[in-house]
Amino acid sequence: MKFQQHLVTLISGLLFGLGLGYAQMIDPEKVIGFLDLFGAWDPTLAFVMGGAVAVTLVTFRFILKRPYPILGGKFYVPTRQDIDRPLILGAALFGIGWGIGGYCPGPAITALVLGSLNPVLFLVAMVVGSLAYKALGDRTPPVAPAPENRPS
Amino acid sequence: MVMDWWYGLLGGGLIGLSATLLLAFNGRIAGISGMVNGAITFARAESWRWIFLVGMLGGGALYEYGLAPSPTPTYGLTPVTMVIAGLLVGFGTRMGNGCTSGHGVCGLGRLSVRSLAAVISFMVAGFVTVFITRHVLGL
Repeated sequence: MKFQQHLVTLISGLLFGLGLGYAQMIDPEKVIGFLDLFGAWDPTLAFVMGGAVAVTLVTFRFILKRPYPILGGKFYVPTRQDIDRPLILGAALFGIGWGIGGYCPGPAITALVLGSLNPVLFLVAMVVGSLAYKALGDRTPPVAPAPENRPS
Repeated sequence: MVMDWWYGLLGGGLIGLSATLLLAFNGRIAGISGMVNGAITFARAESWRWIFLVGMLGGGALYEYGLAPSPTPTYGLTPVTMVIAGLLVGFGTRMGNGCTSGHGVCGLGRLSVRSLAAVISFMVAGFVTVFITRHVLGL
């Protein structure tokens, strides 16, 4: 069971990287070209996101009707519905960094295979930024005893 | 240009398939910022996330050195730019609980309102940022 799960994880990762390659999202210029609405707009990213969501919209409906995943265990799916400040502000900060560097996390990782320094610098800074927020977040005292299974 | 759109659809389809397999078989969301944040805890329960990340590198290498119609260009954005961008992306995705894959590909697929709000927020922020860097500052 465990081995099968790891095999699925590996294949899934492989398809993800392959997809980002074909989609040319590992080329920051394609991403910035999409975000540049007032320049020579490049709609490729819309096709990538559209293609991916077209698949998940259909498949997730069927998958999440199941009581548990095919290889057992349970579904680790976020349950929160509230739209709070950290969600909107965090996403906006992410969007600013995305527009500056042309990388989001997936493409930056996959672009490591290109052998240039930029994805490395980006990823090191990304991990530092993430740990910085975690450290800040951990400093604020919890209002109530934290619920045990907070969705990740 | 139009060829790029077809490759974009193909790539997007593969990403959707990846997210489908991971959820269907293992019950996990293919969100890459969460993948990284889990991996860097180095906790045993999160070790599977490294397998996914290694798979991504394998898929990227397979594309670039085996299947790519043309080599992917790299650009000389300055190191300082990359560091600022990385810090913002890391801080923001941890604060907002996800990125283009977790909120975009998977969240929209689940019809999550939280994810839709996040996608609108990072898209608008991205559009405004590039408008400022390209057309106001002329970088």
